[in-house]
Amino acid sequence: MIKAILVFNNHGKPRLSKFYQYFDESLQQQIIKETFQLVSKRDDNVCNFLEGGSLIGGSDYKLIYRHYATLYFVFCVDSSESELGILDLIQVFVETLDKCFENVCELDLIFHADAVHHILSELVMGGMVLQTNMNDIMARIEEQNKIVKQEAGISAAPARAVSAVKSMNIPQQIKDIKLPDLPQAIKDFKF
Amino acid sequence: MALKKVKGNFFERMFDKNLTDLVRGIRNNKDNEAKYISTCIEEIKQELRQDNINVKCNAVAKLTYIQMLGYDISWAGFNIIEVMSSSRFTCKRIGYLAASQCFHPDSELLMLTTNMIRKDLNSQNQYDAGVALSGLSCFISPDLSRDLANDIMTLMSSTKPYLRMKAVLMMYKVFLRYPEALRPAFPKLKEKLEDPDPGVQSAAVNVICELARKNPKNYLPLAPIFFKLMTTSTNNWMLIKIIKLFGALTPLEPRLGKKLIEPLTNLIHSTSAMSLLYECINTVIAVLISISSGMPNHSASIQLCVQKLRILIEDSDQNLKYLGLLAMSKILKTHPKSVQAHKDLILACLDDKDESIRLRALDLLYGMVSKKNLMEIVKRLLGHMERAEGSAYRDELLYKVIEICGQSSYLYVTNFEWYLTVLVELIQLEAGSRHGRLIAEQLLDVAIRVPVVRQFAVNEMTNLLDTFTVSAQSNSMYEVLYAAAWIVGEFAGELEDAEKTLNILLRPRQLPGHIQGVYVQNVIKLFARLATTCLELQDLPGLVKLCEHVLEKLQHFNGSSDIEVQERANSACMLIEMLRTQLSVTDEGMALMDTTTTEGGGIPPLAIEIVQEITLLFAGELIPVAPKAQRKVPLPDGLDLDEWINPPPPEDAASSSSSEHDKDELFVSAGTGVDGSSGGGGSGGGKRRQSLELTPEQLERQRMARLLEQSSNPHYLKSTPTASGSAANADQYDNIDDIPITELPLDMEGVAALRVGITKRSDKYLQEQQQQASAQGGGKDGKKKHKKGKKSKKSKNKVAYNSSSESEGEPKPLHIVNTTLDMPEGVSMSDSEDKDGKYDPHDPHRALDIELDITDFEAPAVRSTTSSKKPSGKENLKVPAETTSSSSTSKKDRKKDKDKDKDRESKRERKAAAAQPVIDLIDANTPTPSPRHTSSNNASNSVLPDAAKPHKQKKKNKEKTQASAPGIIDIVQEEELNEAESASKSHKKKHKKEKSQRKEKKKTSSASATDYEQPLGISTPSKEIF
Repeated sequence: MIKAILVFNNHGKPRLSKFYQYFDESLQQQIIKETFQLVSKRDDNVCNFLEGGSLIGGSDYKLIYRHYATLYFVFCVDSSESELGILDLIQVFVETLDKCFENVCELDLIFHADAVHHILSELVMGGMVLQTNMNDIMARIEEQNKIVKQEAGISAAPARAVSAVKSMNIPQQIKDIKLPDLPQAIKDFKF
Repeated sequence: MALKKVKGNFFERMFDKNLTDLVRGIRNNKDNEAKYISTCIEEIKQELRQDNINVKCNAVAKLTYIQMLGYDISWAGFNIIEVMSSSRFTCKRIGYLAASQCFHPDSELLMLTTNMIRKDLNSQNQYDAGVALSGLSCFISPDLSRDLANDIMTLMSSTKPYLRMKAVLMMYKVFLRYPEALRPAFPKLKEKLEDPDPGVQSAAVNVICELARKNPKNYLPLAPIFFKLMTTSTNNWMLIKIIKLFGALTPLEPRLGKKLIEPLTNLIHSTSAMSLLYECINTVIAVLISISSGMPNHSASIQLCVQKLRILIEDSDQNLKYLGLLAMSKILKTHPKSVQAHKDLILACLDDKDESIRLRALDLLYGMVSKKNLMEIVKRLLGHMERAEGSAYRDELLYKVIEICGQSSYLYVTNFEWYLTVLVELIQLEAGSRHGRLIAEQLLDVAIRVPVVRQFAVNEMTNLLDTFTVSAQSNSMYEVLYAAAWIVGEFAGELEDAEKTLNILLRPRQLPGHIQGVYVQNVIKLFARLATTCLELQDLPGLVKLCEHVLEKLQHFNGSSDIEVQERANSACMLIEMLRTQLSVTDEGMALMDTTTTEGGGIPPLAIEIVQEITLLFAGELIPVAPKAQRKVPLPDGLDLDEWINPPPPEDAASSSSSEHDKDELFVSAGTGVDGSSGGGGSGGGKRRQSLELTPEQLERQRMARLLEQSSNPHYLKSTPTASGSAANADQYDNIDDIPITELPLDMEGVAALRVGITKRSDKYLQEQQQQASAQGGGKDGKKKHKKGKKSKKSKNKVAYNSSSESEGEPKPLHIVNTTLDMPEGVSMSDSEDKDGKYDPHDPHRALDIELDITDFEAPAVRSTTSSKKPSGKENLKVPAETTSSSSTSKKDRKKDKDKDKDRESKRERKAAAAQPVIDLIDANTPTPSPRHTSSNNASNSVLPDAAKPHKQKKKNKEKTQASAPGIIDIVQEEELNEAESASKSHKKKHKKEKSQRKEKKKTSSASATDYEQPLGISTPSKEIF
């Protein structure tokens, strides 16, 4: 069983937290913090297994993690999971993210935390590994995205417009317009 | 109107933040994140009041993000449910995600969701149901499990593999919360093991593995099915799970293990996936442990495992190295020899840069030492210690050195002079800041338990006392002085130059109080020894001088700030003063009448008596006490530790005297214990403890009075004295004389040989050993050594030593450890009390310990040998189970007995004919890829020989007929179900407790924005499994 899946960056900021056993929010944050402290002090060239922290698990649990660029992917698992298997699962997860976001980077995870959750839910369900085949996972995700797009359809048109307007970043653009020039131009314009 | 609504929407939407805006806002407000988020939450609350579901949906999505940052969003539970119930997939998905993040099985809102979730589960859109299942798996409660179990079971036979897969996994969660579901659902679950879709199959394996991990015995009958899957499947993920499951099953059924060896060995040879290889090795190890005897060729399997592990350890991948060492340590427990062959490799790992690998290697070392290689290994460890950086690791090394040398009563230490030298070197390395006490204990232990080495020890310790400088650092190494002082004092008789040692002890030094106290005490011991010598030599002036000298030096201790030191020094001074007065009296007396110098060399008889008395104080030998002996001493009858020793208010004379005697009684018994154990060593030991001797009548009277008093005292916990207990107590002190004390024979030649060159460096011993070995072996290492000295075999008590005598070529132990321990009567050395910690009342798996109606894998075998008579369908299995469950309890009992008989019968038959199906399987067990499993994605999986395919097909048919035969049917046991209910209740409680432990905590951390765009760089796909 997988007890928790945590993704955080090199500074310990959570980017994804999925607990398959209930902890209240403050305890969750403590666990993330503790896990970060355990994981971050390890070199990159040491092994990826770690005896569990005090807050989560116990002697039966292990932290299995991978470090990619700015992000740590940490799985907290018990002894029924194969260590190397979980490492491969992390790889599959990250590769799936890479496919979904096209060259995934930390920003993708920051701004699309919900999408990451949806992807993860195709890999792991309730702490058990659901699907490990990337093609299958991608197929499921694409089909679901298609449904979302269909539903968006016309009703989402105003929403899209709004977001387009928003992304125009109006305040900035208004500022960018050189207002002083305008009166000058008008002045210069001779009738 | 419509326009207005749209317009309203538009404007609302225009000013609402979406998730991206929220994230951007939080990132722009790093300095006052908490404030920003609280304003956002206010906005979200506004949005949630809107009618528009899309607005709500947006708000819930934002809440989910905020939850990740550690904010409680359970207040929005109702809105989340609203969003979940939306007909749009987009909203539904957001709703279920939020629910899975913040709901938990105790959420009261969950009872609102039952029908909605049921509707979703039965939705036409498979993704609606899929999303519902994913969400439900995170927050399913016992009530939901009960209400939805049937719907989920229906989904298990859905036409869509995606839903089947999810439903199968979901059932595990249902079982955990609602154990009653397990029995009816199990046949279906079993069916899914043979599902055409590999994903569903894998999910079913996953669920059964989880179930079986906690209650393996109930799933033993499924072994043939799993065996078939193992030999046919190519899905590595599933194979790993199955192999892990077999690892849990083999301890229960050794015959299964024997069948497994061969296919597992084949897998080990054929697979290219390291993860699978590793799990195979692990299970083979488990099998070999469970069938430690009776396997003719298991040494080959061990060899294979060790070889493969060697490859793992040699790999440059640190993960493989780590796991290899981990698995090695498992082999080590049962087959230390095969691991010892790879000593070089493991020692090399000690140099690894990864600390976890170094520690694993150290763990292995513990089991790898032998008499032959101990010196060498310790030498290397000492070398590592000198080089190692970081005091924690050095400490660990020091600890390991002591651990490997001290294990099983110094089994592998053949030369204790060497060991003492090592200990002294460890002290001089000044590495173990924490382990000073440990070394001190070792020094004491060796000196006490190995009488032969004492002379060497006292001299070493004298040197140590002389040269050791207490550094100002906060390390605890000075503790060794405690041991050193005690050893030189206690074994003063072995000292060559006692006077020198005495002077060293008397030297004023800055030391902690408890060590100075020991110094003073041992000064008296040494003084007694020297005074006796003076008596023997009739050296009156020498004795006087000695007294003067010691008295003068003790003044330093007299002024100590430590109360203990002061007291001891004062007592010592008084004692010596007494002697000196006597001596000075004689001086005058001698001057008066020198004619009476007939005997005693002029030393007055009174002085002689005092010296003898002082010597008697320290006479007698101490023998080691087992670490737990004290704890296991039963409380003597009538001894009440809670009772006042000195009653607080002045009472009548009788009671006060009784408590006084009470105290005395305690000490008398302890005193006789010590005397008794000292045996013949302490002559006249009885003199040492002068105490009030009470007549039995007096004692009895006092005890009665006390018992009366206790019985009328409501605060007194009455003991329940059992007859046997008191008898044991009575015996205890009588029998202490009977505890055998071994007189250990010396191996004279060895000791003599060593005496020739007493060297400081421990390496000398190693060289010596090697020289000896080469001399004996005629220059070759592997040659057999001549028989061990007969002398050493005589002693009965050296069990440990004798047990290892089968190993050839090992050096002869020069010293023998005294393994006699002081133990109370009727107490064993085993630590039986240490195993109670395992029981966890909250473990939901306890409730799942339900016997299942699984066709016993023995049964088909019996039938097949008797030309299978009645192959009936599996569907029948459920019917008898139901009828029996409704029957009366007495009937059930009878039925149980019957079942037992049946079991026994089948067991008997088993011996004759059973295990045949398994044998059948094995005969044709060349693993083949089953065609339906080789999907495109499995291309990277292990490639197995195709040649065996037709063979396989035949086997499958055979199995089908076997599987369809009915088996032994078990009965529903209601007690178990009740237990299950109570267990789930207690689970609930646990959650509440967790909730109450809530604490507030805020996060302050800033991330540099520049990193974010860095791609994750996943250019090295391993993907060996998938």
